[in-house]
Amino acid sequence: MFRNLIQRLLQGLVVLLVLFTITFFLVKAMPYGPFQQEKAVPEHIRAKVNAYYGLDQPIYVQYFKRLTNFIKGDPGLSLRLEGRPVTEIISQAFPTSLQLGISAMTVALCVGIPLGTLAAARKNSLIDFGSMALAMIGICLPAFVIGPVLAEFFGQRLKLLPAVGWEPADPRTWILPAVTLGLGTAAYLSRLTRAGMLETLSQDFVRTAKAKGVPGGRILVRHCLRGGLIPAVAYIGPAFAGLISGSVVIETVFQLPGLGQHFIKAIETSDEPVILACVMLYGTLIIIANFVTDLVSLWLNPRLRTR
Amino acid sequence: MSTAAVNPSAPAVIEKGSSLWADAWRRLSKNRAAMISLFLLAAIFLSCLILPAIPGFLSDPGAQNLEMKNFPPSKEHYFGTDHLGRDLFSRIFYGGRVSIMVGLITTFVSVSIGITWGAISGYVGGRLDALMMRIVDILYALPFLVIVILLGAVLTPQTEKLTEFTVKLFAGSADTASVNEMRTTIEPFTTLVPLFIAIGALSWLTISRIVRAQVQSVAKLEFVEAARSLGLSHSRILFRQILPNTLGPIIVYTTLTIPGVMLFEATLSFLGLGVKPPNSSWGILIEEGANRMLSNPRLLLFPALFFSTTLFALNFLGDGLRDALDPKSSKD
Repeated sequence: MFRNLIQRLLQGLVVLLVLFTITFFLVKAMPYGPFQQEKAVPEHIRAKVNAYYGLDQPIYVQYFKRLTNFIKGDPGLSLRLEGRPVTEIISQAFPTSLQLGISAMTVALCVGIPLGTLAAARKNSLIDFGSMALAMIGICLPAFVIGPVLAEFFGQRLKLLPAVGWEPADPRTWILPAVTLGLGTAAYLSRLTRAGMLETLSQDFVRTAKAKGVPGGRILVRHCLRGGLIPAVAYIGPAFAGLISGSVVIETVFQLPGLGQHFIKAIETSDEPVILACVMLYGTLIIIANFVTDLVSLWLNPRLRTR
Repeated sequence: MSTAAVNPSAPAVIEKGSSLWADAWRRLSKNRAAMISLFLLAAIFLSCLILPAIPGFLSDPGAQNLEMKNFPPSKEHYFGTDHLGRDLFSRIFYGGRVSIMVGLITTFVSVSIGITWGAISGYVGGRLDALMMRIVDILYALPFLVIVILLGAVLTPQTEKLTEFTVKLFAGSADTASVNEMRTTIEPFTTLVPLFIAIGALSWLTISRIVRAQVQSVAKLEFVEAARSLGLSHSRILFRQILPNTLGPIIVYTTLTIPGVMLFEATLSFLGLGVKPPNSSWGILIEEGANRMLSNPRLLLFPALFFSTTLFALNFLGDGLRDALDPKSSKD
């Protein structure tokens, strides 16, 4: 088991290296360099600027230099924002994205798992069909449709919640973005929970417990939830990845000052250090999420441990 | 399976297959949600593909009429007009053609890569299998949307070259006027190619795993051994004997891939990184509608309705097909 975990960690490092390499060469392959649009820049100044950012060196030198700097934790200076350190940009924008991602995940867990459990417990009832129809809506309606509609309805018509903007200290401004982002994940989670719970509910030990006279709610929560959640938990890691990427969309819809905005703008101007830093940050988060998912799966499912 | 083992030639496979498909169709036709979805999809797909091709039926989706901004639905404009006086009805069908084309072609790209990768990995096995599956594992851990955005941004400026190349290929030594005309017809299609490649190149992972597992289980069956003893080549065994027996899960997953891919196209276009104006897709229409939701909610409502209905129908159909083709899953 420990060997397995260490193996997964090493694999995570390989993934990061691959991710770095792919991203670096993709950015270098972008045909529009950071200074090439400004035709007015004289040749000798451009050469100086290129030398300042190390862009005049051969590409493999740039690659290894960038790589060692990243390992040291120094992603360099932004090309678009006139030499602002990338670490500064990220430390300003990332807390918003993280807060959004975590609150969306909370929404997804709090909606998806109870809904799926309820649907499984009352199989083929109105609750079952209703919640599964709701899940289908959550899967099919993209966030950029749900977002504006929610903002219009709750923000403009009912004036219950702010329609745009983000105040780190004011949870009321988090609600609409978090619900919008979390709804799709909640839908998938509820379907997975329902399937997992149905599988567990059909097993022999449930019948034994029923025969012993254990009340239904207790069977559901104490006996089945642990086994029934395994498929849902396996999905949470990839889902977190989806939430992180998806926050790019939500930040556009609700005009949030998060990392997604910087990422999109960096791509439009091929701001190499910012792109690399964002991608590596996203990648690292996903690997951590997958690793935590593995740990939780091990805790939930003893059969995995003996192997 | 016994007929296939006794007689491993092609007819036996078809005979077994037809009964499986007949069974599946019987189960599917009992599933009301799936059948309604099938009809809806046929209606939407056909009208998006055929209506823009009928000359004079739809008004020009790009024709602006600034005196008719934000008109409500009427006899001339079934869904009203947008903020530039363009006919929303015809914009939806022209945009739908792009969205559906992206969905179908990209799914084709992704499924082709996935099947080939998974089939080779599962059939050859051993070290190659381990290596190929590690590559899949690594790609799985990449931030998907982020890489697609990057790949799209890298490829998009190359489309000009592609357009020129295609024009040269077809036009040969035609005069300038017809070359220009050809360019305007080809351009909307070549600008989509980066999307096909970017999304297709990264969405084949799940299907390759499914195919690999299927191939591994089928490859152990007796009729494969019989085929091998008859001296058939590996590629023939793999593509003619094994793969037809794995079609069920592949079809189900393909149906579920199309909505995912269409959602991706729409998301990218929404972020301004996919289909670019003046070309339109459902993603672009929704983005424009979302920006003007307060002044004219129809601009969001109608495109979102078409898009969501298509996604709904594809998902219901996929679920129905899964139940129909996999008897085990229809029990619960």
